[in-house]
Amino acid sequence: MNHKHLIAATMLVGSGLATTPSFADDLTLCWAAWDPANALVELSKEFEAESGHNMSFEFVPWPNFADRMLNELNSGGKLCDLLIGDSQWIGGGAENGHYVKLNDFFDKESISMDDFAPATVYAYSTWPKGTPNYYALPAMGDANGWFYRKDWFENPDIRAAYKEATGNELGEPKTQLELMEIAKFFQNREIDGKKVYGSAIFTERGSEGITMGATGALYTFGFKYENTPGSYDMDGAVNSADAIAGLEFYKELYKCCTPPGYTNSYMEQTLDAFKSGQAAMAMNWFAFFPGLYADPDTGGDKIGFFVNPAQKVAASTLGGQGISVVQYSDKQDAALEYIKWFAQPEVQSQWWALGGYSAHNSVLQDPGFVDSQPFAGDFLEAMNNVQDFWQEPTYAELLLAMQKRLHDYIVADQGTAEEALNKLKDDWTEVFEDEGKL
Amino acid sequence: MLDKPIEKMAQATPATLAKQVKGLSDKTIAWIFVGPTILLLLAVNIFPLIWTINLSFTNFRANRPNKEVDYVGLRNYERILNDSDIWLNMQATAHFLIWTIVLQVIIGFALAWLINKKFKGNDLWTTIIVLPMMLSPAVVGNFWTFLYQPQIGLFNYVIAFFTGADPSTFEMLGSVNLAPWAIVIVDTWMWTPFVMLICLAGLRSIPDYIYEAAEIDRASSWRQFWTITLPMVLPFLMLAVLFRGIENFKMFDLVVQLTGGGPGSITELASINLKREAFEKWRTGYSSAFAIILFVTVFGLASIYVKALNKVKER
Repeated sequence: MNHKHLIAATMLVGSGLATTPSFADDLTLCWAAWDPANALVELSKEFEAESGHNMSFEFVPWPNFADRMLNELNSGGKLCDLLIGDSQWIGGGAENGHYVKLNDFFDKESISMDDFAPATVYAYSTWPKGTPNYYALPAMGDANGWFYRKDWFENPDIRAAYKEATGNELGEPKTQLELMEIAKFFQNREIDGKKVYGSAIFTERGSEGITMGATGALYTFGFKYENTPGSYDMDGAVNSADAIAGLEFYKELYKCCTPPGYTNSYMEQTLDAFKSGQAAMAMNWFAFFPGLYADPDTGGDKIGFFVNPAQKVAASTLGGQGISVVQYSDKQDAALEYIKWFAQPEVQSQWWALGGYSAHNSVLQDPGFVDSQPFAGDFLEAMNNVQDFWQEPTYAELLLAMQKRLHDYIVADQGTAEEALNKLKDDWTEVFEDEGKL
Repeated sequence: MLDKPIEKMAQATPATLAKQVKGLSDKTIAWIFVGPTILLLLAVNIFPLIWTINLSFTNFRANRPNKEVDYVGLRNYERILNDSDIWLNMQATAHFLIWTIVLQVIIGFALAWLINKKFKGNDLWTTIIVLPMMLSPAVVGNFWTFLYQPQIGLFNYVIAFFTGADPSTFEMLGSVNLAPWAIVIVDTWMWTPFVMLICLAGLRSIPDYIYEAAEIDRASSWRQFWTITLPMVLPFLMLAVLFRGIENFKMFDLVVQLTGGGPGSITELASINLKREAFEKWRTGYSSAFAIILFVTVFGLASIYVKALNKVKER
């Protein structure tokens, strides 16, 4: 090898070292199996090209997601290097040492939480709540919203029938009571020779379904978890008159206006009910809205979207997740590299374009954002009024108690709303007493 | 000359080892053979049981191994026994257990009685009848979930055909009144063949000469059934009840697949609640106490039952 060749080879190796890490890692990112996950796979190809790392994905269907991932974390498993975990896991993730604290990394890489929507930072990243202790980067903003058959709502015959039946114009409901009125109107109505139903809502018992659905009504009627935030003082908040009214409303909506056999339904079932032309309105997470809009049969001009209607207050149930680095990963440096890449405004912009819900201000505050998708405005409105379930380390216990009490009352007709909420308050009190917080 | 294999093997044993073995007593040799099994049994059965009893007196949570564990005495047991929801679970379990056993015994015995008759296609019918018990409970659960579907389910259509009701007006899995029966029907469909096979074995074990003697004595068919068939099949029937009772007391997969314990908690059997407490809420101490209570219940009932079974066999 002559001198020139040696210099050229050295430069080549040197330039290679400058652009790619000294060795490539195989990173595994864990998340739920749903539409945005597919978008993330596409997005991550760019990261692979830039970094030289290989990305693998472990997507678990929603009904098993919490079980599977929390077991993985609790057992100190090394399956996931990066985890897009539910917002409610942040307390357990932080206190049980499952998630890497990201403050030093954010400082070092000049990643500012001020660049993300405050509601998402509060919900997805901080523990204790609202303190500047970050365990995740907001990855996927989400809330529970509504969609409806716009073509039916605009049909002159149906509009006239609605006007005659209720005295009101048929349109997107502005209150929960209006929503029920519309649902009642459509229930068992024959449209295009087919019997249709008023609304498809969440009633699932096993994981989180009925809680996520019912809280959409409860929050708007004035339900609160505590009298004073952080006090765990629940008597009079969880079982307040407003909370009772909200729960009674959701039960009535379930009883009057859902398709037959709708006793254990969550995301998949509401999507099916809508796509099969059975439901006039349905609730689901905004994450599904791009796919619904693109549906050839019930999407496009046939579908409309609206934010969860207010009653006493405007509120939506929070969904969405932050991305965390798992403490047990052997590839934390590469995982942090991914987070650094993901936090970039250009990547966030592309994330939104592919169907993911960015929480980055550069995307949300872009003048063209509201018109970029038919549901973008509703998403922004929803995210301004989101409320989330407990994010305590004992979140699973708190959630399962609520699942039981709500399903017992709403679906199984056991007792009254007041009794259900009183029992729920007692269950939660016991959990916090065991935790030493009461 | 070493012709026999045993002599060859004996010859192959090294002299030193042969000398050592020669010095062992029968008791020692027995321990050498039984020892590994006992060790295995201790490791996988007895130790976990003792450990579970120990945990049942603590507030331990498996998802927080670093948290300090406190001994709480009998608090977990007190909570469980005073929890009205637990008693509802036990009631649901009892309803499921009793009705599945009653139906399976009656139908299983009737089927065995019919199959025991000599007729053309007997073997084919036996094979067809036992098919359900060869399926996985998860498959059966999914399959019946579709059958029970109010809008497209075959079960609802069949009922509607005979009653004239609209199929979508009743929900087998979603109704508080029907769901407990829906799971009983599925379990009966799946496990009646098992009871039938045991009864069939019992029926075929009765010697023909007893019936021939009864016929010579001019005993009616009804009399033969009550005085010969039933008493001689009874130990087999009781064995089937024991097997199904133990199985259904810990029933989990089929019911989870069908109803998930719902609507509300109407079909939440004790085992489903136990799983939720242990592996979803991670209340390890509490769920250990619950597991011990269930264990004692099953063990106690089974012991009484086995004593009764032995008495019947002795008659």
